[in-house]
Amino acid sequence: MRYAMAIDTKKCVGCGDCVVACQTENNVPIGFCRDWIVENVSGSYPNVEVELRSERCNHCDNSPCVRCCPTGASHVIEGGIVKVTHDECIGCGACIQSCPYDARYSHPDGYVDKCTFCDHRLAKGQTTACVAVCPTNCLYFGDLEDPNSDVSKALKNRSWKVLAPEAGTKPQLYFLT
Amino acid sequence: MKTRRDFIKISAAGAGAATLGLSSLSWKGVSSLYASNDRGPVSEEEMTAHSTYCEVCFWKCAGWTYVDKKGNIRKIIGNENDPHCNGRLCPRGTGGVGMYNDEDRLKTPLIRETVNGKQQFRKASWDEALDLVASKMAEVKERHGPEAFALFNHGAPGSHFKHLFHAYGSGNEGEPAWAQCRGPREVGFGATFGSWVGSPEPTDIRDTRCLVLIGSHIGENMHNGQVQEMSTAIDRGATIITVDPRLSTAASKSNYWLPIKPSTDIALLLSWIHVLIYENLYDKEYIGKYAMGFEQLKEHVKDMTPEWAYGITTLDPDLIRKTAREMAAASPSVIVHPGRHVVWYGDDSQRERAIAILNALLGSWGRRGGFYFKEAVKVPKFPQPEYPHHKWDWKDNLDGKYPLSAMGITTELLKASIPEFNYKHQIKSWIVAGTNLPLTIPDKELFKMAAQSVDFIAVVDTMPMDITAYADVVLPECTYLERYDYIRSAPHREPSIALRAPALKPKYETKPAWWIAKQLGERLGLGEYYNYDDIEEVLEWQLNKLGSSLEEMKKLGVKKFPRKSGGLYLQDGEDYEFNTSTGKIELYSLEFEDLGFDPMPKFTRHPQPEEGFYRLIYGRAPMHTFSRTSNNPNLWDLMDSNSVWVNPKVADLWDIRNGQKVWLQNQDGVVSTFPVKVRVTERIRWDSVYMVHGFGHTNKKLTRTYGHGASDSELITNVMIDPLMGGTGMRGNFVTFIKEKPIEEVES
Repeated sequence: MRYAMAIDTKKCVGCGDCVVACQTENNVPIGFCRDWIVENVSGSYPNVEVELRSERCNHCDNSPCVRCCPTGASHVIEGGIVKVTHDECIGCGACIQSCPYDARYSHPDGYVDKCTFCDHRLAKGQTTACVAVCPTNCLYFGDLEDPNSDVSKALKNRSWKVLAPEAGTKPQLYFLT
Repeated sequence: MKTRRDFIKISAAGAGAATLGLSSLSWKGVSSLYASNDRGPVSEEEMTAHSTYCEVCFWKCAGWTYVDKKGNIRKIIGNENDPHCNGRLCPRGTGGVGMYNDEDRLKTPLIRETVNGKQQFRKASWDEALDLVASKMAEVKERHGPEAFALFNHGAPGSHFKHLFHAYGSGNEGEPAWAQCRGPREVGFGATFGSWVGSPEPTDIRDTRCLVLIGSHIGENMHNGQVQEMSTAIDRGATIITVDPRLSTAASKSNYWLPIKPSTDIALLLSWIHVLIYENLYDKEYIGKYAMGFEQLKEHVKDMTPEWAYGITTLDPDLIRKTAREMAAASPSVIVHPGRHVVWYGDDSQRERAIAILNALLGSWGRRGGFYFKEAVKVPKFPQPEYPHHKWDWKDNLDGKYPLSAMGITTELLKASIPEFNYKHQIKSWIVAGTNLPLTIPDKELFKMAAQSVDFIAVVDTMPMDITAYADVVLPECTYLERYDYIRSAPHREPSIALRAPALKPKYETKPAWWIAKQLGERLGLGEYYNYDDIEEVLEWQLNKLGSSLEEMKKLGVKKFPRKSGGLYLQDGEDYEFNTSTGKIELYSLEFEDLGFDPMPKFTRHPQPEEGFYRLIYGRAPMHTFSRTSNNPNLWDLMDSNSVWVNPKVADLWDIRNGQKVWLQNQDGVVSTFPVKVRVTERIRWDSVYMVHGFGHTNKKLTRTYGHGASDSELITNVMIDPLMGGTGMRGNFVTFIKEKPIEEVES
């Protein structure tokens, strides 16, 4: 099993619904977030292009945050999901420094927090909160090893890219272009 | 926009990677605004779910409010059976939680009093506040007649106060929905097809092969069902054509973007009509069977070639031809979208007529992938006596002006409130329910003068909006998550109803609007119009008549009904009578002609900005609704201010940097109360600037959003009125930049 997400940049309107849905689902305090929106503008008027994308932890196959964690709080669970055990985290922030995607933040309660791919929902057969809410249906989630999963099907028919491939982290967010 | 990083400097050309806005890493309110007593998520099984429909905008998506065992509202999730949202709320609906949690909410009734010459609010009991409002209503009724009391309203609270006003004897009610929003399209489409567009729009976007947007920025206006269907259309390979002086989000998703010179849309529309007719691309069978006036139209647009339009719109004639052919190739599965906020230049009903005519030529009205025939459930009216006849209303003040105004014109009600305007019938007092007039109505001076002129103002709202600063009495309404309202019945493909039921008891001393209106009615001796103790009785009676019940609706949230009015689309060769005077689609409007207006739309040149000035264009952000959400903690966290978009060439000329704060001054010398951050971007033309509407609040009680960004409304002092329906055209204002702080901080 290998969980992954595809984000269709041709459909994302950057509304931020994924951000609010994650905050309310996961009790993320106001002022912090586990996912966010990036807007890229290129060209000059009137030959301009905009790419909007919803970003979060890449749940990397080769995750520097897990390797650098001094306490073992950062770890990988079934399906390749990178998680933090809050009670084991001392809040040193080494993982925040090591992440090329800036996907982690310091929670006001003193630990480091990040996207969990909503593993508590996956356990019940639901999809992640951001995927479930997205009004444009631009997020596809599932098991890459299952050819019939939403994410596998999305990747099969489209061109895609990953972010910062040069970092060698083998990220698992795929941006459909 | 929510982003993890700080601002990244944009390259000199204004392009390159940029994450927008600043994450609000403020600690303010953190402790109260998340449930710090448990760190993780709570499973849905451990919570109770309560049926609701959203009140953060007018789309009214149905959903479920989840409450945990400690009585916290944890989340709101869309109802999967709801045709408005299909189980997916938009960011504002998801963030509706913040409306409940906002600690700046109005908490108790307030009464204005003067102490040592200084005016201030003091807390009051409900009885005292209601007695005072009722006594003012009784006094106006006795001295001037009930018609002299006006209602400004929006949304669900408005419906309860409309009932009160009708029972009381006043028909003077106005909502910005008409003259500040969608009135012109209803007039334009009504004159052509004999039918309003209405809300939600019956645009069959999910099945369309070609979607044409004229300044309509779907995706930034988060009209949920339309955003969802546009996404489906993209998946299905539909052609999208967007006309906008700004590279809107929709424009960035489009196959064709027409970066038009602002104020020239009618020229483009007429040239598209020209191409369809003179290249023989229109739907001949449909026009032959259903339309009248084709020959007049053909003659009318004879010289309106793409080359003619090029000189006006700056759009490449080849691009105009190509896009017209794209539409024709998709016909009849094509939508030239009517838009929603369409009060731009004062000739808006005529522009909407041109859009309607274009749709007619493409045969899209009543066709799959075009416009479907909508249907709504008719909810039976709870038994009550007839409303009394009122002696006059806003229309009697117009002396025949704006003959096609079908709903109250807010600005006319304001003028009737000012004695200097010498209106035949004068307005003496107001109730304002759920609409923030100072940030909604153009020409703030007119609003201020009216507010100063009237004897009494009561405001019903959930938040200390800018309008509350003008109130004599403030009546705090609870949020939609804490109350019942009338049953939602909106037209759609499948008729349906939805129930809003409270998830929790009202917080603080707030009350539902139905209760407030009923209390006032009973104090005024109108008890016979309130023949129930609780609104539950009304809802139960209505639901029983519809074959349902409160109990069932609490479980279902949404219930669908079979259609009774026939199919969604015209059958092949079906005889169909349109609701116009001729029974045909009127390409040549006899109604307009009879009233002395152009029977076919004409292009008129509008003023252009002088040197050093830029046209002020405004629009929406997907995470905010008007000015009402900017203090919502969840939504403020996503976007805490607007910015003014400036083309890099213009920024160079002015030596303005990205992120720099400037004040804006308009052509009449009005300077924005607050400075606004500049966003240097290639997404906007060099003759225009762009701002998201709804920021620049002046009430300090809105502790988060006070002073954040600038208000477009206060810079709109040139209002071009649509002679057909009284719409207030707001796109004829030009601004320039002031780089140094121009005036003393304005006291709110």
